[in-house]
Amino acid sequence: MSDALTRDEVAKVARLARLVLSDAELEVYTEQLGQILEHARDMNTLDLTDVVATAHPFGVTNVVREDVVTPSLDRETVLAMAPHVVDHRFAVPRILGEAP
Amino acid sequence: MTLPNGWEMVVGLEVHTELLTKSKLFCGCANHFGAEPNTNICPVCLGLPGSLPVLNREAVDFAMRIGMALHCSIAPSTFHRKNYFYPDQSKDYQISQYDLPINSAGYLDLPDASRVSIERAHMEEDTGKSTHLGGTGRLAGADSSLVDYNRCGVPLVEIVSGPDIRSSAQARAYAAELRGILIATGASDGRLEEGSMRFDANVSVRQSGAAFGTRCEIKNLNSLRSLQRAIDYEALRQIQLIEAGGVVRQETRHWDENLGQTSTLRVKEDADDYRYFRDPDLVDLAPDQAWQDRVRAALGPMPAERRAGVVSLLTGASEAQLDAVEVVIDLGLEGYVHAVAAAGGDPALAVARVANELAGDVDNVGHLTSDAFVMTLAMEQRGELSATQAKTVLGELLAHGGDPRSIAAAKGFEQLSADTLGSTVATLIEANPDEWNRYREGDEKLAQFFIGQVMKSTKGQANGKAVIAELQARR
Repeated sequence: MSDALTRDEVAKVARLARLVLSDAELEVYTEQLGQILEHARDMNTLDLTDVVATAHPFGVTNVVREDVVTPSLDRETVLAMAPHVVDHRFAVPRILGEAP
Repeated sequence: MTLPNGWEMVVGLEVHTELLTKSKLFCGCANHFGAEPNTNICPVCLGLPGSLPVLNREAVDFAMRIGMALHCSIAPSTFHRKNYFYPDQSKDYQISQYDLPINSAGYLDLPDASRVSIERAHMEEDTGKSTHLGGTGRLAGADSSLVDYNRCGVPLVEIVSGPDIRSSAQARAYAAELRGILIATGASDGRLEEGSMRFDANVSVRQSGAAFGTRCEIKNLNSLRSLQRAIDYEALRQIQLIEAGGVVRQETRHWDENLGQTSTLRVKEDADDYRYFRDPDLVDLAPDQAWQDRVRAALGPMPAERRAGVVSLLTGASEAQLDAVEVVIDLGLEGYVHAVAAAGGDPALAVARVANELAGDVDNVGHLTSDAFVMTLAMEQRGELSATQAKTVLGELLAHGGDPRSIAAAKGFEQLSADTLGSTVATLIEANPDEWNRYREGDEKLAQFFIGQVMKSTKGQANGKAVIAELQARR
């Protein structure tokens, strides 16, 4: 693992998550997140050559269901939760450009 | 299209195909195109709190079928969350496979014998569909987008080719062959117009043999034609830019089918940062050998093998015949051709009738048994039906089914007796002495004139070959 977490890295992660942080908050989170990473870094001192990475705490694979259609939600119930609805569709502020 | 001044294009394609499952990838909502907006949605595909995704077994089968058909290695795989903010999915991430895809390192051989490598073919969920409204939306004073989440969570496989394609024609051939394979696996209906198969093209240019140039990704390619046009446009744009002293920026560009050009959508300043991480709600997928063998055993022959099977029945197929064979394979109707060949009929005639008459009414081929098809063609070959009559009988069989002999009889397609044909020809010779003399003097074109006249006076009941024989006998 690289050196200590920087303020710029926290700012970038916040921007990617669309979180607006004040300068004071950036300071706090840089320190807090840094401590978590520091804790994880303790593992670097261990010899893990023969340890298989844990993919999932349950250690199970191939959890699948059969291809069967089950009832969907009632449309009006779902749309009632939306702030704006037009023609049975969720209306959102117009987005420029296409999806990533 | 040939590029100028020693330039070469380098193209890789990303093809998304929806899978023909009954339900979605991680929930039991119906996977159904064309449903009323927002009727096939539930807490899982909307990403509501507390909901848990469970993988659809059939989608895994289809993904493996695609991988096997593309000669990929099938490996243990995982699911990641691709995080981004855009209203086409409501949970702010798309579940996709990232560093460990189910299928990797395969290839696709094209009909021209070129090979395109397949880097990976991974599973992911589709996103919802947004419609962009003008200023008339009901959001006060603002333009708005309307979102239908029915498509959200529909299973997709994304097939990523290597940067091996060197012309737009090759790109088109790859897309067409891949489409045939996807249909043959049963995984996809290949319907481009419904968006069940979609293309993105990565295009760069270089001087032949030089290092790869900077690539641009072209989106919104909804047909084979727009794929080919967009690649040609984009390669020429990059060449002209570089030759004028400019530099190609890495960016995503949008193809406008009406304008016939691409334009900047997004500039990729850094690599996109989607904060991929393992979806903690989903466990590893590791189909064992028995599961893989079961899927492989259910896989039918792919288009290349089926094409070769039909072509081998023809002696020295012409370019036009090869095109006809392509139609036959594309529609999956080669069984009719094999049935005719097995009965000792003419496979070339069968290919022609399938590629024209059957292809023209493909929704109704269920009415046409292969026995009826074989018999109709045999009647045509024996001269009991003219070509026109045979096509009419086929049309009737496609519309209603039935027995070709009864249909021919009901239509009055009894072959003319030799006597009737003889007297008809005699009458026509008498009525057209100039034409007859020219024919006797060796002008073979006049045979067509007489055939036409005979057909007219017998309402198409005569057989062209029989007319020629009659003319030659009287010459």
